[in-house]
Amino acid sequence: MAPEAAASEGSGDRSVRIRRAAEYIAIPLFALVVSSFLFSLFLLALGKSPVEFFQLVERGGFGTAFSLQNTLQRSAPLILTALAVAVPARIGLIMIGGEGALVLGGFVAAAAAIPLVVGHAPPLVTLGIMTVVGTATGAIWFGIAGALRHARGVNETISSLLLTYIGIAVMNFFVEGSLRDLTNPNKPSTMPIGEAYMVGKIPGTEVHWGLAAGIVLAIVLHVLMSRTTFGFAVRLTGGNPRAALAQGLPVGRLIVASTMIAGACAGLAGFFEVAAIQGRANASLVAGYGFTGILVSFLAQHNPLAIIPVAILFGGIVASGGLVQRRMDLPDATVLILQGLTFLVLLVSETLYGRFKIFQVKGTADRT
Amino acid sequence: MSEHPALIVLVAIVGGALRVSTPFMFVALGECLTEKSGRVNLGLEGTLVLGAMCAYATSFHTGSPWLGVLAAGGAGAVLGGIHGYVCRLPRVNDIAIGIAMMLFGTGIAFFFGKAYIQPSAPRLGSFSLGEWTGNPQIATALQINPLLLVGVAVAIAMAWAFANTRWGLIVRMTGDSAPAARAMGVSVDLVRFLATTAGGFLAGIGGAFLSLYYPGSWNQGLSSGQGLMAVALVIFARWKPLQCVIAALLFGAAGAIGPALQSIGITQGYYFFNAAPYILTLAIMVVSAGSKRALRDVPGELSITK
Repeated sequence: MAPEAAASEGSGDRSVRIRRAAEYIAIPLFALVVSSFLFSLFLLALGKSPVEFFQLVERGGFGTAFSLQNTLQRSAPLILTALAVAVPARIGLIMIGGEGALVLGGFVAAAAAIPLVVGHAPPLVTLGIMTVVGTATGAIWFGIAGALRHARGVNETISSLLLTYIGIAVMNFFVEGSLRDLTNPNKPSTMPIGEAYMVGKIPGTEVHWGLAAGIVLAIVLHVLMSRTTFGFAVRLTGGNPRAALAQGLPVGRLIVASTMIAGACAGLAGFFEVAAIQGRANASLVAGYGFTGILVSFLAQHNPLAIIPVAILFGGIVASGGLVQRRMDLPDATVLILQGLTFLVLLVSETLYGRFKIFQVKGTADRT
Repeated sequence: MSEHPALIVLVAIVGGALRVSTPFMFVALGECLTEKSGRVNLGLEGTLVLGAMCAYATSFHTGSPWLGVLAAGGAGAVLGGIHGYVCRLPRVNDIAIGIAMMLFGTGIAFFFGKAYIQPSAPRLGSFSLGEWTGNPQIATALQINPLLLVGVAVAIAMAWAFANTRWGLIVRMTGDSAPAARAMGVSVDLVRFLATTAGGFLAGIGGAFLSLYYPGSWNQGLSSGQGLMAVALVIFARWKPLQCVIAALLFGAAGAIGPALQSIGITQGYYFFNAAPYILTLAIMVVSAGSKRALRDVPGELSITK
């Protein structure tokens, strides 16, 4: 450690932390502004008004009590799928399979509910069992990718996306086959769990309990990652796997554990999509929440607390998609372009860290 | 004419391999070139979809499917170029950029492709390898597209160039050790930029095959992971162009098993066969990623196997 850095440890430590935090907020914000600007140019080139676009996003996502509740409803799965990216990211893994864990978790929860609903089990017991099997399925699904990564060095980014395709195919296999509800001829689905067995709304709102679960889980995971031995070991492994091994840390178990926590989050998102929104498992579960969650987590710098506001922002953008589509005659892929562009600009902005004097304290410039 | 069921299935699988393997081949060759230079481009899934859309649109407007193939390559080169340029910046992660390019390429393709879902565009022609048998079934099954031969030719040229040319040596050296390349006065960033751009060009052509030959139309479900599977295939092919061709044919054959069994009336497990290519890819990665032989052949600068 440089002498200056040692000197600043006592008095300057707070200043370092504040400046570092400011850097972590300012650069992603800057990336958001730049990508909005580029997206505006794109709209202008098509002869559409960017002002109208952002006004519609504001109105459709946040303007009225109804649209705000719709936004919050959609940000619940985004918080959870973003957590599914953030936790493995801390240990140095880029997992992009949240969509698969969500779909499969939701499907298994719906399938487990069928005999319970038929047998008139108490709703709370049914929901409890659905939660457990949904999260466990997600955890196992991600855990496979984590275990393969540790045991065989299989790249987790590719394997988690392959597992997503497999998960969707598994759901289709059952939903169009043995578990298909034959009373519903329109869309292959499992049997609906029925109104009595659905998760309710948070009192006074139209938003289901998934939002509260997401926020609580984000806080819990923040504490786990920043205040516990487990979190410290995970961050150490992410920073330098060899050093972690040399210290005798159980790197393999840490990798599998953090991927399983992540998968459990995505599986829980699937449970809430089934138990609070759809009421059954079908292709509507494949709604892209898993992929938007990747962007949310990167934008939040994989910080569980920062994920909450970013997820709400993107929940609003997703929620306003329909309005934008109708009023401006833009295809629904518009949101996809905005997301891809934001993601690209954000990743490029990573290169800016440590380049601005204002965020650095003397002698600590190299402490990255 | 009655045929033995096993023969029908075999012909259908070989025919399917010849038909389905071309996009895998082009994407795998493109990724092979990029990875040989020391970078990973996971965005080729987006490149494949955008290439398919551009090829279809160009063919529709100009009436020439081969112009469509060129347009697809051009679109792929642009996406590859963005990836190659951006990844030279410090602290920018090539795998993460690949994920972003996947979303971005797909988004652009769906956005501009919406107008082309309905109209029908002129497609690429084909010729048959099986005319001499005098058996119409075999002749139909062994229809092949000129792009397949182009792909094989590209693979042979690439294998030869890697082994025998100055350019091949420069690409391999950049991929194995950036400091060594710098010491020889080679611009590492430039080589990787060009390799990623050329790789994108090839992947785009793979997309053109999807929309202009087989399945031969443009829609949003055209590619579901083929681009990504092809990226995984490169590890299996141990970064050798000719083995990429073999791996692609193997993959085409695996994908054709389901439809082939269906053609003789075995329809059970249809959805299982939908998932089969993904499971096979995963299995191949498990087998090949950790093997000592793969580790020996991997370009030293690559982040995908670390």
